[in-house]
Formats: sequence, structure tokens, C-alpha cells
Amino acid sequence: MNIRLLSLKCLIAGLVLFSCDQISPKAPEEDQILDGPVNDLTSDQKIRFLAGDAAFNTEIFTSETGLGSVFVATSCGGCHAGDGKGTPFTTLTRFGQTDETGNKFLHMGGPQLQNRALPGFMPETIPDGATFSKFTPPANTGLGFIELVSDEDILAMADPDDKDGDGISGVPNYGTLPDFVTPYAHAMPKNGKYIHRFGKKAAAYNLLHQTVNAYSQDIGISSTFSPYDVYQGHEIDPEVSNLTIQNVVFYLETLKAPIQRNQTDPIVQQGKQTFINIGCQSCHRENLKTGSSPVSALSNKTFHPFTDLLLHDMGSGLDDGYTEGSAKTAEWRTPPLWGLGLSPDSQGGQYYLMHDGRARSIRQAIQMHGGEGQASNNKFEKLTETDKNKLITFLESL
Amino acid sequence: MKKYLYTLFLFLASQTIYAQSDSSFFFSRIKQDSTKLKLNMDAVYNRPFLQMGKLPVALGGYLEANSSYFTTDGISEGLSFQLPRLTMFMSASIRQRIKFMTEIEFEEGGKEINIEFAALDIELNPLFNLRGGVIMNPIGSFNQNHDGPKWEFVSRPISSTTIIPSTWSNVGFGLFGKYARKNWVWAYEAYLSNGFDDKIINNKENRTWFPASKANSERFEESFNGVPLKTVKMAVKHRKVAEVGISWMNGVYNKFQDDGIVLDKRRHLNFIAVDINTTLPTKTSLNGEWVWASVDVPKTFSQQFGKRQQGGFLDIVQPIIKGRILGWSESVINLSTRLEYVDYNVGKFQEIDANIADHLYATTASISFRPSQQTVIRANYRYEWRRDLLGNPAARTAGFQLGFSTYF
Ligand code: HEC
Ligand code: HEC
Repeated sequence: MNIRLLSLKCLIAGLVLFSCDQISPKAPEEDQILDGPVNDLTSDQKIRFLAGDAAFNTEIFTSETGLGSVFVATSCGGCHAGDGKGTPFTTLTRFGQTDETGNKFLHMGGPQLQNRALPGFMPETIPDGATFSKFTPPANTGLGFIELVSDEDILAMADPDDKDGDGISGVPNYGTLPDFVTPYAHAMPKNGKYIHRFGKKAAAYNLLHQTVNAYSQDIGISSTFSPYDVYQGHEIDPEVSNLTIQNVVFYLETLKAPIQRNQTDPIVQQGKQTFINIGCQSCHRENLKTGSSPVSALSNKTFHPFTDLLLHDMGSGLDDGYTEGSAKTAEWRTPPLWGLGLSPDSQGGQYYLMHDGRARSIRQAIQMHGGEGQASNNKFEKLTETDKNKLITFLESL
Repeated sequence: MKKYLYTLFLFLASQTIYAQSDSSFFFSRIKQDSTKLKLNMDAVYNRPFLQMGKLPVALGGYLEANSSYFTTDGISEGLSFQLPRLTMFMSASIRQRIKFMTEIEFEEGGKEINIEFAALDIELNPLFNLRGGVIMNPIGSFNQNHDGPKWEFVSRPISSTTIIPSTWSNVGFGLFGKYARKNWVWAYEAYLSNGFDDKIINNKENRTWFPASKANSERFEESFNGVPLKTVKMAVKHRKVAEVGISWMNGVYNKFQDDGIVLDKRRHLNFIAVDINTTLPTKTSLNGEWVWASVDVPKTFSQQFGKRQQGGFLDIVQPIIKGRILGWSESVINLSTRLEYVDYNVGKFQEIDANIADHLYATTASISFRPSQQTVIRANYRYEWRRDLLGNPAARTAGFQLGFSTYF
């Protein structure tokens, strides 16, 4: 009895000592996660961020709240887990457009395949004769910075006729604005068409455009901006409020940019030098800058996304025969490489890279670069194994 | 209506509490016969009751209250206090071999009032008794034997509340019976009742979620689809060895026809559970339950909603001090641990050769003090690892819970 009492006392004392600090799970380091707001938001901005966060990550749609009748997923967060990239399970399919003359299958459910349906409804299938492409969800980080890059800066990176002769042209995707989108103050349209920048084919103008389409096409949720039911095609009551959409847009705008890890590691630095030397930088541009914004944390900042926001012909291997806006079927927008090393944390411990997740490692992704990317791919192949690994270590640190 | 019920029970409760402080001749404790072999299925009647004078009505109930402090990946919501439930029971012997018993639960400070049990039992023969009313479907052991004061842990087992949606009770009727010989007892229960609805695959949890059907209070008035839920349980116990139960529940969850128009095929769900409890010679008691559930989710719907779930828990309770503590003569201090596992989506993704995760592991350590069998004061430390559908790094939640649960 006494020994037991003693051991009990020891146990309690042990627990108390061990407690509090040791036994509550620590927050991951800031540079290990993609979600979270940019620094220095004002408190009203933080409130909007949290409201958008809840709508994006925790609002699950059901048939009562408007899901479907056909859909791809039940929430934004379901495809963009932790604001990171997705997997083949969350990958969506688009079909029906082969050139800039537009989508010929809009009357047959195009452009997006809603491959899932509420019980009792039939999901869509790809119509005969339609080409399609699969899109794996990209990360959602730092998009507010990307939204604030001026058209002028984007055009300055473009080289449609390859005047500098480096084999890399790069063109913006010009598209028609939907009614609900207001162009930027200093937009530089061409023949009434505007430079789009979001999405794998750069076919969405801004985050409002992308968000409204996502609600409608991915979840089957109508809004005043896009009041059509994806199943019947009829105009129906809005299923998400304008306020919620605006909050989600604000959330996307103020998600922090990924933070690079091990920046001072010499291997990372040597890898970065190789990245520059073999011409990866020609498309994956390290530094872009924002214009002015009412959110001071985003205003006039230089940031490091490793993209030029332009379309590049990536060769026949990556040509699915499907396209959007003025892009050609083999053209893809350079994806930002920031956050690349954290991809497995939202892809179930794996890598699913390139537009449809076909590359299962960073190395494979590089080896799939054809067309305008072929030259730097060739240079990569000529590197020694150590240099290749250093380059990959650098990419993993992003 | 809810308000009146609440006031009535508060009144009765105050009477009972009063009764405990004053051993007035008007109230007396009904002695439970502890020599009889009791099974999980006997839990509804195997509770401390108070009898009022010579009235054929007995009263009882229990209260649970606790505080908790949890942290998930470095973020804590702080300290909070909860009153998860106040439950009242009342039993009445209407005539010899005709009994009525009800259990009404006020959850979260009265936000929800549930009739967990309200059934009439007619004894015809020990092997053959009729029960009808609001019954607790005999699936697993926890659903029937869930009273807070019986457990050393503040939280209810996850598999028993999120796969088996304890307390899962429905309007229905059926049979039960027992056969006892020497150290053995064998028993069965078989009921038809109302059951689940299509909320189990259309809900804000974003996964197959059986408790979602509990939100439909209409199930006490009519069946969602006219097909009864069948629940059958068998249990055997040897006085010196263990009690083992095996149970099965099967029903249809969708509205396959409406107004005579056929909408879909009948979509079934199926539960199989095993439960076991025993006390080792070291006085260590083991109590566990495991459940497998499957649902016919339409192929064209999302794999977000799993076709199969499984999970269970094991409680290991070791009394370390028994006897007089702080003046209570029959008190006990227990050290216990609970191990839990739940997989909400068993299977592989159609798109890739990878398992669907959506699972969790948890372990809880507890130290509890029982000044009497009816009251438990318990301190728990719980650690949980939860993975999302895609199997991304687990969210880790840990924290302390301190609370009590007592019959009154
Ligand atoms: C079915 C999975 C899925 C769902 C649900 C989904 N997304 Fe996406 N998201 C994607 C895919 C795939 C892309 C790439 C699409 C493209 O290239 O056009 C994408 C792209 C985006 C982008 C552009 C990112 C970039 O770098 O250009 C934003 C912003 C976005 N989604 C926001 C949302 C919001 C807001 C919601 C909820 C309303 C949502 N998504 C729901 C799959 C999804
Ligand atoms: C001609 C422009 C161009 C050059 C040069 C280029 N890339 Fe890319 N890169 C792209 C495009 C466009 C994609 C997207 C292709 C797709 O989605 O199918 C891409 C995709 C990637 C990806 C996958 C990203 C993801 O999120 O899926 C990685 C990694 C990558 N590039 C690394 C490199 C490296 C390293 C080099 C230098 C060896 C390089 N790239 C050179 C244009 C380029």
C-alpha cells in the first residue's frame, strides 16, 4: 500500500513536471507550412482573412447547401489541402477546346467535367470527339502578390518572336473578361482582350474570376456572378453570398508567400547557381514586384515566385490537345516553384508535379520539359550527378 | 414541451439529491443484486435507483461535468468547461413482470433533449421477453452501457460515438432473453426499429458519418424509407472468464422510392461489432469493442464518403489503491489507459494505387478516484494523431481533461 502510494505520488509529480511544455504538440515552423496570412495585416484584415479561411477550408457543401447536382469536390479545402498542391484524387478534367476560337462543347458540359454526382444524378462523361486535359490543383500561396504584378511587367518578360534568340518566347494569355470582373487600372488590353494570369493555362484574370469559377465548376455552387446550375444550365438562386466570395478572395490575396528553407546552405546556393546557369531562370523568374495595394503587406514588394506568368510551348509530350483562352494546346503557364519542397505535405507524402501530376519527382518534372524547355532539360542531363542533386536540393528548399 | 420536461426533471432531480443528503424514510436506495451475472445488455436496469416510499416508481440519473485544455499543432482554444450531459432515468413496475424504464438526456446544458430509452418490457419467460418503445440498438457494448460514472475516461470512445453513433436509439420493438447455468450465461436481443437516413453520406463532416442521422428527430415518428433497421446481438459470459458479445445491424439508408415512384435501388448499410470484457486475476479489467461498418455508397458519388469504416477501443483499468481514503471507506484509485483507432474510409483511391487515409489513433492515460462506486473523479491526458483523406502529415492534438461523473 505504501509503496503503491509512493509510486502514485511519483507518477503524478512526473506527469506535472513533464506536462505543459513537453506534452502539447508544437506548432510546425512557419517555413514548414503553406497556410497562414502575410505579416502585418490590420485587425480588420485579420477578421476578413479568418472569415475567408473558414469559407475556404471548413465550409463543406451538401445537397441542402447547393452541392452539385454534379461536382468534383465538396469544398475548396478538399482539393487545396493546407493550401498546397493536390493529388490525382482531387485532379479535375477539362475538355472541348483545341484553339483560340473557343470551346465547342459548352453545350455538352464543357469546359469542365463534373465527374461526380449526388445520388440519383448522373455525372458527366467526356463527349465523343472532345480532347481533354487533366489539371492537378496547384498551391494557393502568395497569390495576392501574383495578382499585383503589372501587365507592363508581364509584357516586359514576354518575347513572342524570340528576339533574343534563346529559344524561349513566352506569351501572355489574352482572354475575354466575364461581366463581373473589372480590369486593373493600368491594364494593357489588346483588341478588347486582357492578360490573364491564374491557372495552368493562365486562363483566369484575377482571384475573383478564379474563385467564382471554382464555386461553380468544382462544387456546383451558383453565385450572383455565375448564376447557372452546372447540371441543368438554368439560372438559379445564388448558393453562396457575395460577401463569402469576397472573403475567400481576400483570404487568397493575403495568404503568405512560401518561405524558403536552408537558404544559407552552400549546397542550396550551388544548386541555385546551376538553376541560373542552365537557363531555368529564363522562365522560372525569381524576382517579380507588386504594384500598390490597399493592403500594405502586399504593396510595392519584391517577391520570389520563380515564374514569369507567361505561356510556353512545352513540346508534344505535354500537349494534350486541349486549351483555354488564346493559349495553344502545347502551351502552359510557367508554374511558380515557391513552396515546391513542401508539396508532399499536401500530396499524401508523394510528388505529383506538372499540370496533371504525371511527374512523380522533381527530377522527372525537369526531364519532361520539351519545346522551349528542351534546351535547359538537355543541359540538366549533361550535369554531373552531384550537380543534379544540388539543383534538386535547391528546388526542395523552395 | 422541452421546457416542461426539463423543469419536471429538475424538480425530480432536486428531490433525489435532497433524498441523498437526508436519508428520509420516503426515499430508499434499491440494492442491486451483485451476485447475479450481469451483461452489457443489463446496463439499463443495472443502475443505482432510488425508490420513493411505496410508489412503484424508481428514479435515478447521472451528471457529467469536466474541464478540458487541448492543443492542436501548437494552437489551443484555451481552457473550457463542459457539462456534456445530465441524464435522468425513471423505472416503474406496472405489474408483475411488466416494467417500464426511461432514460432522458439533457445534452450540453439543455441544448438538446433526447429520449435515449423509453421502453416497456413484458417478461414471458426468461428466454422470451418483449420490449417495445424507444430502444437502444444493441450494437457493440458501449451503446447500451454508456453511463458516464462507469468509465474512467472523460471522453467517450471515438469509434463508439462516430462509427456506432452512441447513444443510438430508435423507436422499435423486439425480443430478448437469457439462459443461465452455473457460471455461464447466454443472452440475445433482436429488434426491428427505425434507422438511418441519407445524411450519412451528405453531411458537413465530409465523410461517411453515421451520427448525422441522429439530427433527424423525425426518426421517432416515421421511418425514412419504410425499411426497418435490424439489430441482433448475442453475448455469453463465464463468471470467471469474460463476457463476449457479437452484434449485427443492417438496414437501408436511402429513400429508394417516394410517392410510389422508384428513385434508386435499396442501398444497405451493415455493422458488425464484437465486444469483450474481463477482469484478470491481477484485478486489471479489460474492456474493448471493435466495429466494422459498410455502406453502399453510389459509385458515381465521391470517394470522399467511404464505403467501409472500422475502429475500436481497449480500456485497461488497474485499481492501485482500495480501501479507506480521506475517510471514504470503500474508495478506489484506478490507473487506466485507453487505446483507440478509427478508420473512416477503408480502401484505395480509384485514381491511384494509394490507401485512403482519413484515420486517427489516440491514447489516453487516466487516473481516477472513486469515493464510491457511483462517483468518479478523473484526470485524463489524451494524445491523438489524425490524418486527412490524402494521408498528409497527421494533425496532433493533445490535452488534459479533468472532471467528474456521478450517479445521483
Ligand atoms: C476539384 C478540386 C478543386 C476544388 C474543389 C477547388 N479547386 Fe481551385 N484549383 C483546382 C485546380 C485543378 C486548379 C488549376 C485550375 C486551372 O489551371 O485552371 C485550381 C486553381 C485554383 C486557383 C489558381 C491558382 C493559381 O496558381 O493559378 C485558385 C485561386 C483556386 N483554385 C481557388 C479555389 C477556390 C477559392 C475554391 C473553392 C471555391 C477552389 N479553388 C476549389 C482544383 C480545385
Ligand atoms: C521554357 C520555359 C521553362 C524553362 C526554361 C524551364 N521550365 Fe520548368 N516548367 C515550365 C512550365 C511551363 C512548366 C509546367 C508544365 C506543365 O504543367 O505541364 C514547368 C514545370 C516545372 C516543374 C514542375 C512544377 C510543378 O509545380 O508541377 C519544375 C520542378 C520545373 N519546371 C523545374 C524547372 C527546372 C529545374 C528548369 C531548368 C532545368 C526548368 N524548369 C526550366 C517552363 C519552363
